[in-house]
Amino acid sequence: MTAHDTQLDQHGRLKHFLTVEGLSRELLLEILDHAESFAGVGDRAVKKVPLLRGKTIVNLFFEPSTRTRTTFELAAKRLSADVLNLNSSTSSTSKGESLQDMLHTLQAMHCDMFIIRHGNSGAAHFIASRVSPDVRVINAGDGRHAHPTQAVLDMFTIRRHKPDFPGLRVAIVGDVAHSRVARSEIHALRALGVADIRVVGPKTLIPAGIESMGVTVYNELESGIRDADVIVMLRLQKERMRSALLPGAKEYFNSFGLTNARLRAARKDVIVMHPGPINRGVEIDSEVADGTRSVILQQVGHGISVRMAIMALIMGSLAPGRETG
Amino acid sequence: MRLSINGGRVFCPASGQDLVADVHVAEGRVAAIGPAPAGFRPDQQISAAGKLVLPGIVDLCARLREPGAEHKATIASECAAAAAAGITTLCCPPDTDPVVDTPAVLELINQRAAAAGKTQVLVLGALTQGLQGEVLAEMQTLKAAGCRGVSDAGRAVGNSEVLRRAMEYAAGCGLTVFIQPDDPQLRNGGAMHEGATSTRLGLPPIPASAETVAVARALLLAEEAGARLHLGRISAAGSVSQIRAARERGVAVSADTGICHLHLTDTDVDGYQSLCHLAPPLRGAADRDALVEAVATGIIDAVCSDHQPHDADAKAAPFSLTEPGASTIDLLLPLLLKLVQEGKLPLARAIAVATTAPARILGLDQGRLERNGPADLIIVDPDAEFVVTAALLKSAGLNNPFLGRRLRGRVLATILQGRLIFQQ
Amino acid sequence: MNRIGAGEIDGLIRAMALDTGAWLKRTGRGDPLIIGIHTGGLWVAERMRRELAIDSPVGELNITFYRDDFSRIGMHPRVAPSHLPLAVDDRHLILVDDVLNTGRTIRAAMNEIFDWGRPASICLAVLIERGGRELPVQADVVGRRLDLHPDQHVKLLGPEPLALEIKKSE
Repeated sequence: MTAHDTQLDQHGRLKHFLTVEGLSRELLLEILDHAESFAGVGDRAVKKVPLLRGKTIVNLFFEPSTRTRTTFELAAKRLSADVLNLNSSTSSTSKGESLQDMLHTLQAMHCDMFIIRHGNSGAAHFIASRVSPDVRVINAGDGRHAHPTQAVLDMFTIRRHKPDFPGLRVAIVGDVAHSRVARSEIHALRALGVADIRVVGPKTLIPAGIESMGVTVYNELESGIRDADVIVMLRLQKERMRSALLPGAKEYFNSFGLTNARLRAARKDVIVMHPGPINRGVEIDSEVADGTRSVILQQVGHGISVRMAIMALIMGSLAPGRETG
Repeated sequence: MRLSINGGRVFCPASGQDLVADVHVAEGRVAAIGPAPAGFRPDQQISAAGKLVLPGIVDLCARLREPGAEHKATIASECAAAAAAGITTLCCPPDTDPVVDTPAVLELINQRAAAAGKTQVLVLGALTQGLQGEVLAEMQTLKAAGCRGVSDAGRAVGNSEVLRRAMEYAAGCGLTVFIQPDDPQLRNGGAMHEGATSTRLGLPPIPASAETVAVARALLLAEEAGARLHLGRISAAGSVSQIRAARERGVAVSADTGICHLHLTDTDVDGYQSLCHLAPPLRGAADRDALVEAVATGIIDAVCSDHQPHDADAKAAPFSLTEPGASTIDLLLPLLLKLVQEGKLPLARAIAVATTAPARILGLDQGRLERNGPADLIIVDPDAEFVVTAALLKSAGLNNPFLGRRLRGRVLATILQGRLIFQQ
Repeated sequence: MNRIGAGEIDGLIRAMALDTGAWLKRTGRGDPLIIGIHTGGLWVAERMRRELAIDSPVGELNITFYRDDFSRIGMHPRVAPSHLPLAVDDRHLILVDDVLNTGRTIRAAMNEIFDWGRPASICLAVLIERGGRELPVQADVVGRRLDLHPDQHVKLLGPEPLALEIKKSE
């Protein structure tokens, strides 16, 4: 059973959120609409709605991450849920307990939802296929495979600026080979009807056969971002910078770093996105990151409402059935 | 013990026989095919009417996990499974724990196999001590103790000079060198074949060159060293073309592929199916088709089970963290017959790759069903249909990628050296 | 009778506006804020605002996140967000809905209002009041009382023209 089969229940409702792959356009738009409804919660005196009151949500983070974990925690608390944080330094797998055994221990505590970030692709799927039927799983990033909530919040951001998806030209720039964000973005853009998706990067950082995911490959920045409506910049990790894959950060910046001068190749109203955290002067110049075309800070804000929407939606799938009409 | 197997279709690719006849066995050898010899009185008669009577299967590579990994399987459990699967002789690689680099480990395996009293077990000795790739193993001693050849068991010798010398030494001892070609640096910690599926699943990729580069090295060094080379568990089309070219040049090379690689491809990994986590990895459809063609034309001489039984925990983790290997010994024959049913191989070839060819590679007299030949034979119902379930598997390892599939072909009886070691 | 037309409804709403005005005067509540519950209550509230000549815009309350049936039904699709244009602290509110039945919607609405702030008072005005209360909730202003059978369902159609439909539930 593929990851996208595991995440739907027998009524076709989303019961886990593991990957954007296989989600219909309708379902994605529904998530974006729900996120719009949650957007105002932060403006209230009491920044909460009682939707998930009494539920316990566990953040299971095997890879360190302050930003994503905090966003999930805030989203859960705004839904009035109780939150438990388990990160890799406190968890027992560092002492050699297998993921499977740890899962059994946690299940005995009757938590309602696991949010999992793990270094191995397929980890979220592994957990989702083994939890009891009432437990829900959200993938906060598994290896290089998927980071579905990031892709959804990026679609949310794009929709707020350029709602006509089928007409868009989107360029994803950087270390695509190692990027779970890139893979999820591609699935999301395809589902929403974007026809012109480009991946841009040095040959060593573009994975084999990626054209079969419905994208065009560019090994040169300017042609890759020509007339683009949206540019998604990916973070270049330190260990890639000087390795068998790249000679160094300087050459990378000189060929693929996004500066205002290079940005001119794109459309005048292009929006520049980045899942964060940014490496200034490596993949993106400060003048762009802080410039008028950048929507990077907005992405951060959207992360909370999008995650609230996803959590509420999958927890709601526990309901026996929806009223018709 | 005198035995008569009556009325079956006797089919032996080695001798070219294909006829309905009785087979009479005495003193561990085939006394006659056809009418019984004068005065022959069988102690037991088995009817094989409507069934196939074939030479016993010779499995070039099956792991028994003992010594060292008895929690996965034992010699007793796997020999029993092999016997029920129609395998009369199997060969295990030296990567036990401890490694087969001394006669003592070899003797332990022999004793356990003899005690089990089922399938005959042959052992390959280590190419280097501890399989560490640094110092040559005591190959002469291992040969004298009974090893049929020497192998790297897939743990590549890092230093090419060491590999060349090891091959030279083995050649001097008259031993075939069994290499499972792998370049660990090109493999680079990958978990599955490099391609559209690995990209979509985000699994670290293993390029074909992780095998083809190692094949090139092994072929050239064997050629220079004058060694007999056997390349085990070929998975990539690029390896096949090199083997063909080397053979045309006169290099003494044989090759085998694992049965899974003739059926499955990288797309079977979809959904993070850990039962399809294999080493070498399942490759693309073009590679699989090239392997099937190579088996049909003989560029790949033999097909083995590459049996690797695992405990449940070994496969119960996110894909990259699972141990590679499939438990296949129970299904080697029906999976070979499936290729015949699909029209991809003639029956003679499908049987030859698991009988005559492996026997020749191991330097054995077995693999044939002829008068005065060894009485290693099996009775098979080629039409018996079944669904693969865990309950059906006799191996201690249930990590079988074909669970739930419908197959045809069941072994009804297995006879080793004239002795019935399995009967349905 | 299973349909009330636009003309009659407009009449009911005018009467509600008059009654509300009188109520506010009697209880000394000035400068009210009017809040309508999606969707029908909002249509009624818009008309009442015009009748009462209230300057400030109508607040929109979507009580979906405060419903008590999330575990039975799950998320409702296409939820328009709540929007209160002004702070509710210390204000006199007029809460408007189309139909008052079990009282659960009003319970949820009041819970949501209190997450926005602390109003001075709430006056409840409903177009149709039918029996079937499951919670101790009562309206201060009612357009019309209908005595309906439990398996009869009343629905306000709109926004223009407004019409009330009474049907048997499926």
